[in-house]
Amino acid sequence: MSYFSGVPQAPADGILKLSVLSRADTTPSKVDLGVGAYRDDNGQPWVLPVVREAERRLSEDPSFNHEYLGVGGFPALTDGAQQLIFGSSSPAIGQNRVYTIQTISGTGANMVAAVFLKQFKKPTDAAVYISKPTWGNHRSIFETAGHEVREYKYCNYETLTLDIDGMLSDLRAAPRGQIIVLHACAHNPTGIDPTEDQWQQIASVMADRGHFPFFDCAYQGFATGDIDRDAYAIRLFVDRGFELLVAESFAKNMGLYGERTGCLHAVCQSADLLPMVSSQLNRLSRATISTASAYGAKIAATVLQDPRLYEEWLLSMADMSQRIKTMRDALRDRLVALETPGTWDHVSQQIGMFSFTGLSKAQVDTLREQYHLYMTDDGRISVAGLNTHNIDYVAQSIDAVVRAS
Amino acid sequence: MTMLSSALKSSSLLRGPSAARCLSAWAQVEMGPPDAILGITEAYKRDTDARKINLGVGAYRTDAGKPYVLKSVAQAEQNILQQSLDKEYLPITGLAKFTSAAASLAYGTQALDRVAVTQSISGTGALRIGGAFLERFHAGKAIYVPGPTWGNHGAVFRDCGLKVGQYRYFDPQTNGLNLAGMLEDIRALPKGSLVLLHACAHNPTGVDPTSAQWAEIQKVVEECEHVAFFDMAYQGFASGNVDRDASALRSFVEANRAPVLLAQSFAKNMGLYGERVGTFSIVGADSAERDRLLSQVKILVRPMYSNPPVHGARIAGEVLTDAGLREMWLGEVKEMADRIIRMRAALRGQLEELGSKKSWNHITDQIGMFCYTGLTPAQVDRLASEFHVYLTRDGRVSIAGITTGNVQYLAESIHKVTKD
Repeated sequence: MSYFSGVPQAPADGILKLSVLSRADTTPSKVDLGVGAYRDDNGQPWVLPVVREAERRLSEDPSFNHEYLGVGGFPALTDGAQQLIFGSSSPAIGQNRVYTIQTISGTGANMVAAVFLKQFKKPTDAAVYISKPTWGNHRSIFETAGHEVREYKYCNYETLTLDIDGMLSDLRAAPRGQIIVLHACAHNPTGIDPTEDQWQQIASVMADRGHFPFFDCAYQGFATGDIDRDAYAIRLFVDRGFELLVAESFAKNMGLYGERTGCLHAVCQSADLLPMVSSQLNRLSRATISTASAYGAKIAATVLQDPRLYEEWLLSMADMSQRIKTMRDALRDRLVALETPGTWDHVSQQIGMFSFTGLSKAQVDTLREQYHLYMTDDGRISVAGLNTHNIDYVAQSIDAVVRAS
Repeated sequence: MTMLSSALKSSSLLRGPSAARCLSAWAQVEMGPPDAILGITEAYKRDTDARKINLGVGAYRTDAGKPYVLKSVAQAEQNILQQSLDKEYLPITGLAKFTSAAASLAYGTQALDRVAVTQSISGTGALRIGGAFLERFHAGKAIYVPGPTWGNHGAVFRDCGLKVGQYRYFDPQTNGLNLAGMLEDIRALPKGSLVLLHACAHNPTGVDPTSAQWAEIQKVVEECEHVAFFDMAYQGFASGNVDRDASALRSFVEANRAPVLLAQSFAKNMGLYGERVGTFSIVGADSAERDRLLSQVKILVRPMYSNPPVHGARIAGEVLTDAGLREMWLGEVKEMADRIIRMRAALRGQLEELGSKKSWNHITDQIGMFCYTGLTPAQVDRLASEFHVYLTRDGRVSIAGITTGNVQYLAESIHKVTKD
């Protein structure tokens, strides 16, 4: 009898299942709207020119090697990342009260934050609140770390816009001092972001209730195309005097996906807390990965630290977000022109890589089975999967399925 | 309200609402333990003496004392760059071309169809996945490591929620293996216990069992129905031969009695350190079990980091599967191992030549990157303060830090602090 005979088969990852199905589908008209990665107008992955240039420089650098990074990560990356998120003139940076540790992209940053919070959160029974809905991995990450996870209202499923009243009400009703997971911009999966005014309201309620903000920032620059605008919420909270954690990813905005490049930032009330906080973050990161992966960090640092490459990167991000915006408008316009039942403004108002279409699971299944359109069961589409070649087909398919329901 | 309290009130309003909370969320966070090895490196960096030697480094150095990018690795990296590959996410379990080649390297030709293997964040990440897996599926939540062991083992397993116990291993009398103590302790463990074994080049002592000793260890592990979790961070780097260095692991797998898990690192043997290249694997009963195990491993990995870094895996995959690069690589691994062996011989030879009364056989008996010299903390401190030679206070020397240029000075320094 095998020692492992008691280990059961685990359920397959939903999104993975979808991509397996999609890859197996050889129909020419197939459209993959499940993928969580940027695609160009030909439906191809896009490696940013500044990334290629950075790689070229690294390959020609005689001092390039594969030595271990320090436990904090590649300093040129962590410094650059700090400035990117908080702004180079951020008082938090100037007052030396930000500690940044490099992580295995955004997921790794979430995980380090979750483990750190489990050990050090106050009150010790504080629950972690995630938006309803949120990125599928949030619940898993925080529950694995041993937190109780609760939801706050977020998406108004009727209008597919922000249920700000519901959200504020839930934040007010929660016990004092809870941990609130906030998407800095380009909410995943809905694409629904609070306005600046709404962020101010959220900040006020959280201050009143003594809640602790954890920002997940995976799309800075990718949402509006403007890195400062996309960092508004984080910088607002810092200005308001909050202590907070920020998980930052370069997967999408620099297209570094598989290189796993990211950081976790801890903003503390004062500089004298940094030695303690940094030593504990270092310690627990050391026990998970020892040190983070170097190559992607060196690429990102090269881009962040070179003024010309940095400017070019900003333009690339603007291009990506503009193409996505164009596709949003194109889909909405076509659905309106086809007079598809329902309202479709939310498709162009939502922001970032994803759109919560409002399609039901039954409709999603039909789109997949009959029209070879792949999207997740919650009706989320990756707008990056839309392009000028497939937009008409997608609009017509959605129109057909909605009419038939 | 007094003037003072109203002044405080108004000033806190200016600074923002949360400033009224006087206490930081982190006020009770204590200072974490200092990193011993980091401390050595920092002291070494501050030292301005030209003769200074850093023997704390856990990475290979050339005879010129420099980091070494293997030619096979550099070539593979060039090949990859020329292909202009994309940077899409890898699957959760990593790059298949790499993981299957890595499994073959470790296990040889046996059991490959029933090995559940995933790419990992180097050896540490593999240990973490293994620890998490065992915490979830193994009945007794304790793992037993050799005394001493790599400094991070305890931290990794404890953070997984496992208790960490120890079995006797190093004999400070002989600077060799305490086999009797080891076997006795392993036998005394509750049936079905988790036993961590260093596959080769034990860290920090450099003391490896002989093959006869391994056979005895294997027998006890099997008889007690224990689970063998191998940590293999130095395959090829110990003896210079990858098959020889994997022989203990393969012997366990061939016998197919004790369950086997493996944490495999390419940090040292491919010099890929910072790219974090490794695998975690479990040997299943058959391919159906392999699939079940892999499904559970994926569940553990997803909330840790979603999927692993692609660059290092591409390099390693290229090196392992391209015949020319593989042969080049095996030659380079042997060269690195040989330089280490030469430096061991040189250090021992010099100490004997200086007329040291102590026995230094262990320097050449031990194997791999590290040597447990037997130096006391007081002697280690003197070496640092008087002779500018830096090593960890357990007396561990990284042989990679020794060169033909510094071995004489090192021998003289060690002789001076040990001769009385």
